[in-house]
Amino acid sequence: MKVSITVNGTAYENDVEPRTLLVQYIRETLGLTGTNIGCDTSSCGACSLHVDGESVKSCTMLAAQADGCSVTTIEGLAQGGEMHPMQKAFMENHGLQCGYCTPGMVMASISLLKENPNPTEEEVRIGLEGNLCRCTGYHNIVKSVLAAAKAQ
Amino acid sequence: MGGSILGNRVLRKEDPKFLTTGGVYVDDMLDEPLLVGAVHVTYVRSSVAHAIINSIDTSDAAQMPGVIAVLTGADLGLQPVPSSFNPMATRTLLAMDKVRYVGEPVAAIVSETREQGEDASEMVIVDYDFLEPLIDLEQSMASSTLIYESCGSNVVFDTTVLGIPENTGDAYFADCEVVVKGRYINQRVAPCPLEVRGAAAAWGSDGRLVQWLSTQHAQGAHAPIAATNGVDVSQVRVMTPDVGGGFGAKIGAYPEELLLGVIAKRIGRPVRWRETRSESMVALGHGRAQLQYVTIGGTKQGKVTHYQLHAIQDSGAWVDMGTILAPFMTRPMSSGVYDIPNIECRTTSVVTNTTPTVAYRGAGRPEATAAIERAMDMFAAELGMDPAEVRRINLIPKFLEPHTTVVGQTYDVGDYEESLNKVLAAADYKGWRAKQAERRASNSSKQIGIGISVYVEITGGVGNGESAKVEVLEDGRAIVYTGTSPHGQGHDTSWSMLTSEQTGIPMDRIELVWGDTDRVPIGTGTMGSRSLQQGGNAVFAVAGQLVDKAKSVAARLLEANEADIVLDKDRGAFHVAGTPAVSKTWADLAVAEKQSGGLVHSDVIGVAGATFPFGAHVAIVEVDTETGKVRHIAHTACDDAGKVLNPMLLEGQIHGGVAQGAAQALLEEVCYDPDGNPITSNLADYAFISAAELPSVTVVHMETPTPINLIGAKGIGESGTIGATPALQSAVVDAVSHLGVRHIDMPTTAERVWSAIQQAR
Repeated sequence: MKVSITVNGTAYENDVEPRTLLVQYIRETLGLTGTNIGCDTSSCGACSLHVDGESVKSCTMLAAQADGCSVTTIEGLAQGGEMHPMQKAFMENHGLQCGYCTPGMVMASISLLKENPNPTEEEVRIGLEGNLCRCTGYHNIVKSVLAAAKAQ
Repeated sequence: MGGSILGNRVLRKEDPKFLTTGGVYVDDMLDEPLLVGAVHVTYVRSSVAHAIINSIDTSDAAQMPGVIAVLTGADLGLQPVPSSFNPMATRTLLAMDKVRYVGEPVAAIVSETREQGEDASEMVIVDYDFLEPLIDLEQSMASSTLIYESCGSNVVFDTTVLGIPENTGDAYFADCEVVVKGRYINQRVAPCPLEVRGAAAAWGSDGRLVQWLSTQHAQGAHAPIAATNGVDVSQVRVMTPDVGGGFGAKIGAYPEELLLGVIAKRIGRPVRWRETRSESMVALGHGRAQLQYVTIGGTKQGKVTHYQLHAIQDSGAWVDMGTILAPFMTRPMSSGVYDIPNIECRTTSVVTNTTPTVAYRGAGRPEATAAIERAMDMFAAELGMDPAEVRRINLIPKFLEPHTTVVGQTYDVGDYEESLNKVLAAADYKGWRAKQAERRASNSSKQIGIGISVYVEITGGVGNGESAKVEVLEDGRAIVYTGTSPHGQGHDTSWSMLTSEQTGIPMDRIELVWGDTDRVPIGTGTMGSRSLQQGGNAVFAVAGQLVDKAKSVAARLLEANEADIVLDKDRGAFHVAGTPAVSKTWADLAVAEKQSGGLVHSDVIGVAGATFPFGAHVAIVEVDTETGKVRHIAHTACDDAGKVLNPMLLEGQIHGGVAQGAAQALLEEVCYDPDGNPITSNLADYAFISAAELPSVTVVHMETPTPINLIGAKGIGESGTIGATPALQSAVVDAVSHLGVRHIDMPTTAERVWSAIQQAR
């Protein structure tokens, strides 16, 4: 089936199998491999990206459901070689180690601050419950998000 | 001249890539020319725990869309291979006669797409004759059903074979005034790196096999891959793309990875393989899985005089690394930080029909620490003494010369009491005890628990040193080659700091090469908290040697004595002392050396032995006595890893370690039903710890440098886990100890805590 999806500002039209997940479309059809797959139960959030500005686990959505939507992935965040404030906050606060959860974590964190611009530490922790990280113990991820909130 | 960069909070060089385009993990290698036209391998896995294989019918699967081949062990002519840890145990890389755990690979599907492979894997029909599933350790020890007949027993390793006598039992404690016994389950957990296993293999036009592998140790996988493919190691190149975490479980090469070259050769096309998370949860090695019988005895004044541990290690269904962690990691560390004059420690490793166990963050030391720390708490509770006080009475006093414990392990340096003092002060131990007393007095349903652990562990015990090569190019940039293998640790940043410190070459002009057996033939990888103290140490030493070499070149060019040449690190230039105006840059020297093999130096730098980081943790929990629910509300960690290279990276390692310790203590457990069916085989069922279940961690710094290496550093990768796990478990027990509870096994789930309270009442 045919889908028309705008990804990181570029309009794409592709033929996909109906069962194609959005994450497969992003990774395999478009070759944008920054978005990772960490599980098969929609538990880990490694594949989080934005669909029409909202954070979505892209393994929970078919490419067909994103037809006509605008998608932003980690590759689309930096503008003119300048990192997004959330990316900067993760870098400055050592909010990543192996990097595998990072793209999804950054996308979910941006969405979190959009909904709640001044979260408490507890609100950040609960807000990121659906994004798993095995390296950082979340300490510096939480610190990064709080720093990004403060810098707004 | 600027100050040293070492010891500073330097941001990571590797981060911009991970943050803007994401890393290039093995499944992201879309542009690799050798993998053009690659097809996908999907493994068909055993759905039963223990059975004889009568037949494998692949005919229906072979007819499925997109299927190129369905291959069994017989099709590939696989021969049994012995375990590296007990050669009496042998298996074929695809099960042929027998399956021994749910998840064991029995056939391989090769298909055009991954989805087609998954569909076809459902169509392979294996005819099984069921055998008694041996899931419980003690059941397996007692059973006449043998998982490996050739071993003659389900016990595949016992310390008695090392000449260590069996424990003597209760008689050992005849002279003790106080004796406490425990049976602790250090439960099986899943390492869960966020990136599951993945690999790719291609045979080049030169006849060589190139294999990409998500691994902690490419050089370790090199020989097994060559052997599986029946070729010399010179015909194999193993390469490591970015790796999304390992935690010990990606040290060895697994059957699914070893077979890829064989399959690629057979079908004449390059292949890719990536497991799903559900596969990973049953086929990537598990960690811990130790049953501990503990007895502790001593005086009424709180001096421990006798300690006895029998650690029974679950090897799972293969004699993998998990088997040897109990005898060679748990046993040597059984004395912990304590001066205990009499210790007996036997370990017994047993195969069961479960996923094989391997190293997992801490690998044998968390188990040793959990046993002695839990025992210490039970001893204190029996005496009605403060657990901090009992520890203080028994700690080995500060030592700056090597100290050997009664089990024969020599520690390098230690000041355990100072780490305990620091952590108690930073955590406001007295303040929490006062709050606890208030809650108890008011009979609140929200009780406070305070847990302490003091630990020592062994790091850098793997490998006697590491290889390093530093090469300066004609444009003045440096390439550093290391035998370690980063997968989150930040070696690119750290090794650049060390190289820059020696050479004055700016960090952003230093590039790191690792995990490629052609470019770095010698390497012991990243495991056992060895990287900085062995790999970083080697880079530091070799970069220093390269400076000496460069001075001799500069002396020749400047027509001066070598002894008079100095390196101005701020400018990255060499000159005669006192005449800085006439100088030669690194680039000048590299150009001058072009004809004689370049400006390069390599060496393998040995270290005298392992190091023994230590520390103390205080965990605070709040327990709802009506529901048993535990909240981890504060955590303070004082981890002494010797000289600190980059405190930001050190803290990151501690944070991550604490979270994995808390995960084991509070939440995570791999479970099987009595038939051996895994019931935690995905991330919806397995209680992978999240941000919502953890507090921020207060890190207290303490530095006692080791004399073992040039930079004075010890390992930090595993300390957090080792210290945090018993502190959390103790905190939960402490929260309800006034109700009569003395022990709760991990994970201390709401159900277990609630049940313990009910039983005590």
